[in-house]
Amino acid sequence: MVQRSDSIIVGIVSRFMVPLIQLFALYVIAHGHYSPGGGFQGGALLGASVLLLRLTVGEQPSNLVFHKKYGTPMSGFGVFIYAAVGVAAMIGGGVYLDYANLPIAGMEPAALRSLGILLVETGVGIGVMATMIAIFDDLAKGDFHD
Amino acid sequence: MKLLSYILLLTFGILLIYAANKLPTRGHPDNPINRDTSLAGTPAASAHYIRNAEKEMHTPNVVTTILADYRGYDTLGETTVIFCAGIVVFLILRRQRDGSKV
Amino acid sequence: MIWQLELIIYLLLIASAIVALRAKDLLAAIVVLSVYSFGSAFLFAILGAVDVGFTEAVVGAGITGILFLAALYYTTRKSVD
Repeated sequence: MVQRSDSIIVGIVSRFMVPLIQLFALYVIAHGHYSPGGGFQGGALLGASVLLLRLTVGEQPSNLVFHKKYGTPMSGFGVFIYAAVGVAAMIGGGVYLDYANLPIAGMEPAALRSLGILLVETGVGIGVMATMIAIFDDLAKGDFHD
Repeated sequence: MKLLSYILLLTFGILLIYAANKLPTRGHPDNPINRDTSLAGTPAASAHYIRNAEKEMHTPNVVTTILADYRGYDTLGETTVIFCAGIVVFLILRRQRDGSKV
Repeated sequence: MIWQLELIIYLLLIASAIVALRAKDLLAAIVVLSVYSFGSAFLFAILGAVDVGFTEAVVGAGITGILFLAALYYTTRKSVD
């Protein structure tokens, strides 16, 4: 096992950068209708921010941000959101994944399809983020810093 | 053997450069991908997407509309593939419950 | 088309690929591989595929680098060949 590099600069800079990365990732997911980006890129950014904490400050502090026992369940939850939006469109009377028939009253079909895209991108983002973290946690058994 | 590998590499590079010269110009409106009808004479899908994407779902980014709405099944399968990768790594490499270090 | 800029990026890609193959220090190889990913992401953005370039920058330079780094922690840092 490689000895921990007790660099103060790396720890401080990564702790300073992680909230900014996460804010940018949320912007990428939420603003995917108007600019490049979307669920996959935003989710990968979120996952990368948590992995940066795992690498620099160790496992115990980074478990406060995203506990490692939530990795695999959350990845399943992301796929579930995507599939559930499709089933909700079926309940509303359309075919599977036809967002214009989502059962929300008082919205025109174009706005409903825009909302459906946002919901689906959120599901993809959660799934990708949790899968990245779960793969890293399974690969890196134990703390790097022990 | 090393000389042969360099010759093969050079030949392949020349072949790729020759092929790249014959590619259609990037973004030209007469390219087959940008035409209104496909080569078989049927109406092309890309022209329909570009014309109707903003009107149908109030989303200016055509890439997002194609990925999430017009080709929704495709993205669902993509997400499922990523989920399966995570599940497989979990099944193979997970930490042992009884505390024994693997 | 800014062909001078594209030429510079192509040369950078070739140089970083060769350096990543030849480096004895595997940590340096990982960093140079991230440089390669950023260069190809820039090239994608020039070609008009901004989404693909964004994905390449995030996955190729971020996630892949971190996973290679995690693999490096469990193996040796020096390459033998």
